[in-house]
Amino acid sequence: MAHNWDFATILQNWPVLWVGIKGTVFIFVITAILGLGGGLIVGIARYSKSPFVSWPARAFVEVFRNTPVLVQIIWFYYAFPILTGIETDPFLAAVLGISLNTMAFSAEIYRAGIQSINRAQWEAGKAIGMNYNQTLRRIILPVAVKRVLPALTNRGIEVFKMSTLASVVGYVETLNQAKLISDLNFNPIESYTAVAVIFFVVLYPVVQGTYVLERMLRKGD
Amino acid sequence: MSEILRIENLHKSFGDLEVLKGIDLAVQAGETVVLLGSSGSGKSTMLRCLNFMETPTEGKIHLNGELIGTERGGRMRYREAELCALRARIGMVFQHFNLFPHMTVLENVMEGQVIVLGRGKPEAQDKAMAQLDRVGLAEKAAEYPARLSGGQKQRVAIARALAMDPEVMLFDEVTSALDPELVGEVLKTIRQLAEDGMTMLCVTHELGFAYHVANRVLFLHEGTILEQGEPQSILKAPATDRMSEFLEGHSLFKLPD
Repeated sequence: MAHNWDFATILQNWPVLWVGIKGTVFIFVITAILGLGGGLIVGIARYSKSPFVSWPARAFVEVFRNTPVLVQIIWFYYAFPILTGIETDPFLAAVLGISLNTMAFSAEIYRAGIQSINRAQWEAGKAIGMNYNQTLRRIILPVAVKRVLPALTNRGIEVFKMSTLASVVGYVETLNQAKLISDLNFNPIESYTAVAVIFFVVLYPVVQGTYVLERMLRKGD
Repeated sequence: MSEILRIENLHKSFGDLEVLKGIDLAVQAGETVVLLGSSGSGKSTMLRCLNFMETPTEGKIHLNGELIGTERGGRMRYREAELCALRARIGMVFQHFNLFPHMTVLENVMEGQVIVLGRGKPEAQDKAMAQLDRVGLAEKAAEYPARLSGGQKQRVAIARALAMDPEVMLFDEVTSALDPELVGEVLKTIRQLAEDGMTMLCVTHELGFAYHVANRVLFLHEGTILEQGEPQSILKAPATDRMSEFLEGHSLFKLPD
């Protein structure tokens, strides 16, 4: 089966795609900050000795880790407003779904990082009079976060790709715009290929960068 | 001489295992007390109870005349903030140094001063440099711990504790993890501290150090102080079979005649 590739229609519609790319980057930045930042808080809570703190954190992690992001986004868009009376729009629903899922996954990464630090480091902080929070912030986290940085960048890459799921509720991002172009020009093959190429072109150098980062971090140890 | 540390009826259990079975001790300011005993005798646990790295199950600890904690319902209660403040006044050095790997030597020695004591950075830096100079490592201030030898790491750990201006120093087997040729430089540093009048409690296996530096040697056995006395007498003529056996086990050490 020979297909006559024709990317001219894609290039003609570049402004449409560009709007989508901007939407992708925007939701990526928001969800990466909320997800990876919030994950740190949940991860610390998960590590807490107090069951009143660690238990809710654990429940949160399990709920959002064991349900599909796609379902979460749809749920926040259709079910959440009816159940709570709080209106959501496509952007908010997608941000909630992707961020909460990312928080759950990255919380486990942070927790593993904190747990990987030798107990003696806690003791050393304690011995010079530091309290729990001071030791955590000054002694444990800087080393723990550095140690899990490769895992976190992996999460970040996942978040970037997950942004396409926002198209299911009509948020304007790359995949959504490609679908629009395809519907108008009857060129789904070129449109969706373009989406794949765009993601690859953005992510490939980033992934290579993370390898360099990993090597640099290993050298520091 | 004034009494700086008083321990009354100290008990510590881990679950069903009673490690300390009633320790009483008074330490005078400027005294160097060495704790000896075979492994499992409770000597490290005792040291760790003094700065509440372990919370005593029973008993009272006084530092400079003040009782640590408050007694309520026949038991001692300790607030976390009180214990943090106490630990800032008692220096502790560990077997495995436990330096902060992400900080330079200087930052390691400044950290507690800035974060716990609230000293300004310039003051903390001056104090840190003074203590690093004291342990002979001022020129390593900008290095990271990973680039130091074991003996150097341990001396930095000593400087880190000293920078807090502690009233008492606790040394927990600080030479046990070192290569034999590095033990000397660390012991020399501690000996200098003793001569400077620092109050110290040292858990060690270095009998030579005990003999030459300690004012008093305690021999712990099964959670109690079985014998104590001046090193020159107790190490040469122990009163109990237990301690004789212990000393014979350390055949590497030859007592001076």
